[in-house]
Amino acid sequence: MKPAGLLRGAWLVLKKDWQLEWRTRARLTATVFFSLSTLLLFSFAMGPNINVLREHAPGYLWLGILFASVLSLGESFRVESENQSLTGLLLAPVDARSIFLGKVLGNASLLFGLALVLLPVTVALYDVDLSRNPAALLLALALGCLGISAPGTVYSAMSSNARARDVMLPLLLFPVLVPMLLAAVSATKFALSKDVQEQLPSWLKLLTAFDLIYLSVGFLVFPRVVEDD
Amino acid sequence: MPDTPALELRDISKRFGARWAISRLSYRLPPGRSLLLTGHNGSGKTTLLRMISTATFPTHGNIELFGRETRAHRAELRPQVALLSHANFLYEDLTASQNLALAARLMGLDGVGPRVKELLERVGLSARAHNPVRQFSAGMRKRVAIARLLLKAPKLALLDEPFGELDPAGIAQMEGLIRELQAQGATVVLATHLIDQGLSLTQERLHLEQGRQEVPK
Repeated sequence: MKPAGLLRGAWLVLKKDWQLEWRTRARLTATVFFSLSTLLLFSFAMGPNINVLREHAPGYLWLGILFASVLSLGESFRVESENQSLTGLLLAPVDARSIFLGKVLGNASLLFGLALVLLPVTVALYDVDLSRNPAALLLALALGCLGISAPGTVYSAMSSNARARDVMLPLLLFPVLVPMLLAAVSATKFALSKDVQEQLPSWLKLLTAFDLIYLSVGFLVFPRVVEDD
Repeated sequence: MPDTPALELRDISKRFGARWAISRLSYRLPPGRSLLLTGHNGSGKTTLLRMISTATFPTHGNIELFGRETRAHRAELRPQVALLSHANFLYEDLTASQNLALAARLMGLDGVGPRVKELLERVGLSARAHNPVRQFSAGMRKRVAIARLLLKAPKLALLDEPFGELDPAGIAQMEGLIRELQAQGATVVLATHLIDQGLSLTQERLHLEQGRQEVPK
């Protein structure tokens, strides 16, 4: 018997998360309705001035994704603690780093799917123009979702056994995400509007750098979080 | 080496907060023997099995399996050790078949489909192979967990209350499976309150009281 290697293990964990999501659609349904409500409430709160709404649309979009990510990340580890399935994975055995990679990709793909659902809603509510630089917009969304998922997976694992896990996760996660969120909002803003000074590539590079940092730290730290040493 | 014990506990203790679940326990299981673990609820049996399985590690002391220390050699030991626990490690929203296929692929087994089918037949669940585990009774979940354990063909099988939640036919089948594992050369460590059944399946006994080894009354 030769247990699955790092990448194969990650792929199997990712596939398992997709299977679970496909069967229940619990996370997707909850996050879509939650973020739709958030976007709608922002539009009510800011009033009918379409110029203000359009200007702040990238920020609202990312806040909608960020708030919904807390639900999604929490659920991601709830299924692992239900029958101590995470211990089952570790003893199977799977390298803890494979679990990290699989979970990050699973969470990021779900958030990216959510972002794609939210885009037409953003057009309807905030009158943004998606046709200006769609490739850069999709890249900014993908990088941003990865940036939320990498530290989110670590903190979700850390808080999954805590009594006040629903409170702990955002408390731990949001401060860490602030710099990445600023980069994601700026990259999205320049992908949706005129980029006279060509700032978009710089923001995308910064976003990529944040992702690499979060992924590297998570890769190193995650085994310490899930292994009961 | 033929004299290397399958299991050796060297002055191990395990603490949860202020409470010592296992306290200064030493034990050596001779090669080729199986062990019955007895004790009241809360005596430390499950904690000990979890430590032997490498799911957790002692606060003090160390455990050796086949001559290798568990903390340092967990990656090479885990493929050889299987744990049947109170928690069944199953994903509630996956089917029995999907749960077993996932475990088989993670273990790197070949011929996953036929192997899963064969094991589900063996534990009497082939008709429910494609139902989510969430719809199963406790006894059926236990059967899926047993099939998961058998996938591994372990050198060391750790069975925590293996007869619990099973009907009489299931208990008889479980006894047969334990004997089969032993016939294949596996060392079995069995924790149960059914002492007579346990004694008939093992050659050694370790009795725990409040985390310490005691002579059974």
